[in-house]
Amino acid sequence: MESFVIALLNAISYGLLLFMLSSGLTLIFSMMGVLNFAHASFYLLGAYFGAALSARLGFWPALLLAPLAVGLLGAWFESACLRRVHRHGHVAELLVTFGLSYVLLELVQLVWGRAPLDFQPPALLQGPAFTLVQELERGAHLVWGAAGAAVCRAPGVLCHPFPATRVFIVAVALLILLALGWLLHRTRIGLVVQAALTHPEMVEALGHDLPRVFMGVFGAGAALAGLAGVVGGSTFVTEPGMAAAVGPVIFVVVVVGGLGSLTGAFLASLLIALVQTFAVAYDFRLLPSISLAQVAPILPYLLLVLVLLWRPSGLFGRRTA
Amino acid sequence: MRAEKLAWALAALALLAAPLLWPGNAALALLTQGAIAAIACLSYNLLFGQGGMLSFGHAVYTGLGCYAAIHALQALAAGWLVLPVSLVPLVGGLAGLVLALPLGWASTRQSGTPFAMITLGLGELVAAAALMFPLLFGGEAGISANRVLGPAWFGISFGSQIEVYYLCALYALVCAALLRGFHFTPLGRMLNAVRDNAERAAFVGYDPHAVRFLAFLGAGFFAGIAGGLAALHFEIASAEVLGAQRSASWLLFTFLGGAGYFLGPVLGAALWVISSALLSEWTPAWPLYLGLLFLFMVMRAPQGLAGLIAQGWALVRGRSPALWLPGALARAGAGVLALLGGCALVELLYRLELEAVIGGEFRYFGLRLDSASPASWLGAAAVLLAGWGWGRWLRQTGRST
Repeated sequence: MESFVIALLNAISYGLLLFMLSSGLTLIFSMMGVLNFAHASFYLLGAYFGAALSARLGFWPALLLAPLAVGLLGAWFESACLRRVHRHGHVAELLVTFGLSYVLLELVQLVWGRAPLDFQPPALLQGPAFTLVQELERGAHLVWGAAGAAVCRAPGVLCHPFPATRVFIVAVALLILLALGWLLHRTRIGLVVQAALTHPEMVEALGHDLPRVFMGVFGAGAALAGLAGVVGGSTFVTEPGMAAAVGPVIFVVVVVGGLGSLTGAFLASLLIALVQTFAVAYDFRLLPSISLAQVAPILPYLLLVLVLLWRPSGLFGRRTA
Repeated sequence: MRAEKLAWALAALALLAAPLLWPGNAALALLTQGAIAAIACLSYNLLFGQGGMLSFGHAVYTGLGCYAAIHALQALAAGWLVLPVSLVPLVGGLAGLVLALPLGWASTRQSGTPFAMITLGLGELVAAAALMFPLLFGGEAGISANRVLGPAWFGISFGSQIEVYYLCALYALVCAALLRGFHFTPLGRMLNAVRDNAERAAFVGYDPHAVRFLAFLGAGFFAGIAGGLAALHFEIASAEVLGAQRSASWLLFTFLGGAGYFLGPVLGAALWVISSALLSEWTPAWPLYLGLLFLFMVMRAPQGLAGLIAQGWALVRGRSPALWLPGALARAGAGVLALLGGCALVELLYRLELEAVIGGEFRYFGLRLDSASPASWLGAAAVLLAGWGWGRWLRQTGRST
């Protein structure tokens, strides 16, 4: 039971990290029809910028500045490259973001090398946020911070610590969710963005600079990915492979949730995180030679294929012709 | 048509004569890989150029062909399969075709961006699934076999590299001819029609899904042949032949060569040989240069190298050099200047990381650059800006044509 709770919390924090990435991707897609292949590269860049900045300025300024830098880079890329190939159609747009992902990965490897980078969370976020202490006769109770070694080593006692960085991921993601909701539904900028989603010509006729809205949305999406990079990079490992590890998964999230649906992206993020976490946490044999944990890496893609066969527009997508 | 016959004759001649012009075992191995890459890129272009289907998972078919051919070689050695070694690549082709039956049917239901996403997902699925069955795929280490076995037909045992090269060259020529022939069949024409406007093709009475699916099967078959040849050449198949990186390089080089022209992918394969042989000797940053070149081509020359050559030929043809030479020279000058500055910046960036290890100084076209000195950085940036500005001025004033 207690290990189930910890696994569930792990899954939720991973799912919310996925949502930080897929929300930007899906916002960009629903507005511009561009599936940004380089989105995971912005995540990678965020982690490396974060590591470089936090080595000089400390973690908290880096948490603010690295996403800002990534967002500016994204906005520049939109106006300098993506906009120019728009008239060649969606395949050309996909190709240009594919090229960017390739270039960004090589640049990161060129500047920082191929080995993992040392990127530690600040002292405040190191160690467990709370520990579930499971005792045989008294049941389970919760201890804030780390339970003492003496408690955990006592006979009949099991400790399940939950890392503070994971709590931090949840907090940041929920904050982003609230801020995004407020921005989209309660502000003038959000109104223009929402209107541009459905009635781009009318928005332009009313005198709003549509290309600049696109640039802003693309930059904001990149900044979100950069923020996820700082948070994810300090929690997990900061290495060149992190883009390739998370990139295909967020595409699966966006397609399974339904291209362009924020609700769908949110639920699909949690769904895929739950599936992946519990497949690893509960290891039982499917066949004599294959265990569920071995199958875990392919589960998201299996889900993708099944969803596409059963419902090509995704769980929450609008039907396309 | 005369130009095309000339190009074919030239390509065949180049394949025949290449080992004589560029002797040595290392060169021969590269040329063999080039011939294999040409088949793989041509099969990719059946999807991308002819059918408008951008696939991010083509290595699945080349990779599975490779594994199947290795298994066929092992079966030959064990004695329960009788087949000349020169036909083993066809086993790879069949494997690609069989895999393309279910996967192709699922992916070709969609086109455009959804198609790209499905192929990406299927590519990851197959690459991850391959690691789950170590008996068939050998895990990370892969499986290996020996290509020298059985009776030597006509004295060809494939013991030496030159025999493997000519086998690959022969396969490349035959596959290219078949693919070219396919372009002129009714199905090939319908494939172009479906690429340009699927709705209208459907109105004429052709099911776009069926047309795309048949083309996908062909692409899977030829990709499998390329994989089978790679199995003969390397005598090993390991996890990376199926991976996303390999898929990305098929896309990269097909596009760089020119997806809109039949021989464009062959140019792409040649570019791949040149870049992995020469560029990698000059600079460790060569994948970055390739990526930047790709970005530049997507934005400025979406028709690829073949398109640039065709454009240049159209500009030059039948006109006196006085008309086009000054403009072309000015453009080339601006391009070279921007290239020099940009490359200097990349090399400086690369040295920055290694400054502590091997020092920041290096020779660059006779100049001494140092990543520790601001003058080097400023100079490189100035040269890049000058080239870029010159090119922009040429374009804006219309002096380039």
